[in-house]
Amino acid sequence: MSAANTKLKGRKIILHDMSLRDGMHAKKEQISVDQMVKIATALDEAGVPIIQVTHGAGVGGNSLQHGFAPHSNEEYIGAVAAKMKQAKVSVLLVPGLGTMREVQSAYDHGARSVHVATHCTEADTSPQHIAYCRKLGMDTTGFLMMAHLNTPEGLAQQGKLMESYGAQIIYITDSAGYMLPEDVREAIARLRETLKPETEIGFHGHNNLGMGIANSLAAIEEGASRIDASVAGLGAGAGNTPLEVFAAVCERMGMVTGVDLFKLMDLAEEQIVPMMDHMVRIDRDSLTLGFAGVYSTFLLHAKRAAQRFGVPARDILVELGRKKMISGQEDMIIDTAMTMAKQRGLLTEAAVG
Amino acid sequence: MKKIKCALIGSGNIGTDLIYKLKRSTVLEPVWMVGIDPASEGLARARDMGLKTTAEGVDGLLPHVLEDGIQIAFDATSAYVHAENSRKLNELGVLMIDLTPAAIGPLCVPPVNLREHADKLEMNVNMISCAGQATIPMVYAVSSVQPVAYGEIVASLASKSVGPGTRANLDEFTYTTSDALVRVGGARKGKALAIINPAEPPLIMRNTVSCLTDDEPDQKKITASVLAMIKEVQKYVPGYRLVNGPDYDGKRVTIFLEVGGLGDYLPTYAGNLDIMTAAAARTAEMFAEEILAGKIQLKPTAVEAA
Repeated sequence: MSAANTKLKGRKIILHDMSLRDGMHAKKEQISVDQMVKIATALDEAGVPIIQVTHGAGVGGNSLQHGFAPHSNEEYIGAVAAKMKQAKVSVLLVPGLGTMREVQSAYDHGARSVHVATHCTEADTSPQHIAYCRKLGMDTTGFLMMAHLNTPEGLAQQGKLMESYGAQIIYITDSAGYMLPEDVREAIARLRETLKPETEIGFHGHNNLGMGIANSLAAIEEGASRIDASVAGLGAGAGNTPLEVFAAVCERMGMVTGVDLFKLMDLAEEQIVPMMDHMVRIDRDSLTLGFAGVYSTFLLHAKRAAQRFGVPARDILVELGRKKMISGQEDMIIDTAMTMAKQRGLLTEAAVG
Repeated sequence: MKKIKCALIGSGNIGTDLIYKLKRSTVLEPVWMVGIDPASEGLARARDMGLKTTAEGVDGLLPHVLEDGIQIAFDATSAYVHAENSRKLNELGVLMIDLTPAAIGPLCVPPVNLREHADKLEMNVNMISCAGQATIPMVYAVSSVQPVAYGEIVASLASKSVGPGTRANLDEFTYTTSDALVRVGGARKGKALAIINPAEPPLIMRNTVSCLTDDEPDQKKITASVLAMIKEVQKYVPGYRLVNGPDYDGKRVTIFLEVGGLGDYLPTYAGNLDIMTAAAARTAEMFAEEILAGKIQLKPTAVEAA
């Protein structure tokens, strides 16, 4: 049977693995160094060109706000980088959380690529960081999170800013898994018109509405050449675009990714799925994220707050969406749960002791 | 009643808001506004409000310091130029209130340690950051009850309230605030996180303060200490409010705050601006009261160039 769509035949796509960074969220930040090295080695052997590692919130991520991983970011980066035969190790840097000192340390331990991430309207909080990563010689991406909260033109202008700071790649990041293929198409098309031809474009999806693959294809059709994905979808919310599935689709469509599909399938089946604490899938709560436009990482935090304060996770997530909370505002999950619990007579105000 | 004359350096959000705060003071009088762009909106506004202005930076102010009797200056420029501004003004006997993250002088959070600085007659005091002013009183309220191994704060700011200076220098904000959680708040280790949220209508400034205590938290004492400290801060920032907590989860104590501003220069959501300018004004007032009472006298000091 021939591929239905041949217009993408021959297109070269760089797959950027997220299992060991976004996947940390799905594991409550508890992947060990040994597990990370084992999985990264398998990804390297399968030909995946860039592998993101560390705490789910990136460099500087270890905190009460985002949880503590069992090892320092430097330990993960150093251990993985030492084993790579062809893959580059990448990290995430969110200004306001991570700093230049921390990205320098990540570089010193072997990181050579970076997503510098801001909310989709706040690119101007990243000039120092992007310039610094470029100075280090890192493959530097400007990563516009929660992209559904900005217009295509707004995103293009924010991407242009990041490009002016030195970013070589601009990503549209659907952190809430809320975007539909048409939204992605318009955003990427506008970005492609606005950026310099040599600036690459990427897409990072979450599968909360089951759109991970469709959105990634829409992005490629409009000019994206880098796609973030996770093996078996291991990532926040209902997970990222599943890497092995997307690789199969690319192969059917004649796109060139350089990865070994069967090795990725085996990795998904034999290592990633068995290590999941919960099945990363579209369930009631992760679907709520995609439907209400809520940051995917909020999922497990909301479930815990639901247990503590007796307010259902779905109610908390819908309220967070209504209040327009963005990435990094995990503290507002407990706050919102407490406020709702008070309204429902489940909790009383602090009084002078 | 006689007032102490003040100069404001930097004509952005902070400098402009300070004009309103100083105009209300019974002991401070804003006289000069210093900028670097003759076309700046901030300088025009300052002129409209009756201040003298210069667009030549601090050097444009220096010749007027003695004749206009300037005794206190507020620096709301950037960490990079603050040291030089401070040196030049200290040499003329002007006390410097530093609102940049430069932090070359001791760190000041009024309800925690202002008295100490006034007694020592410090010629440069640093106001840390808006998040520091909003959260350090809470860390201190907990650490004064029992030892705090780790203090972490998350400040959520409305996008419209964050000026270009802060945006371009987020790391300095992070470093200065984290350091102050330890040095002033009393935690053994500190970490500060900043979130800039563009929601419309803009969200009011929120701060979440988490402390990890060494032993089980004494809930009754900590809650009382936190509520008492909130009253202290409310004396100069009336919109400082406990929304939730203290929440006790094992050894973690979490306090959820909201900071509403007075709505002087920016609307009330920009509590981050207010808590910084109100704390700076409160600090200057304490020194001014002492000067007016003849208890302290500012003297020219030679400061080594940084």
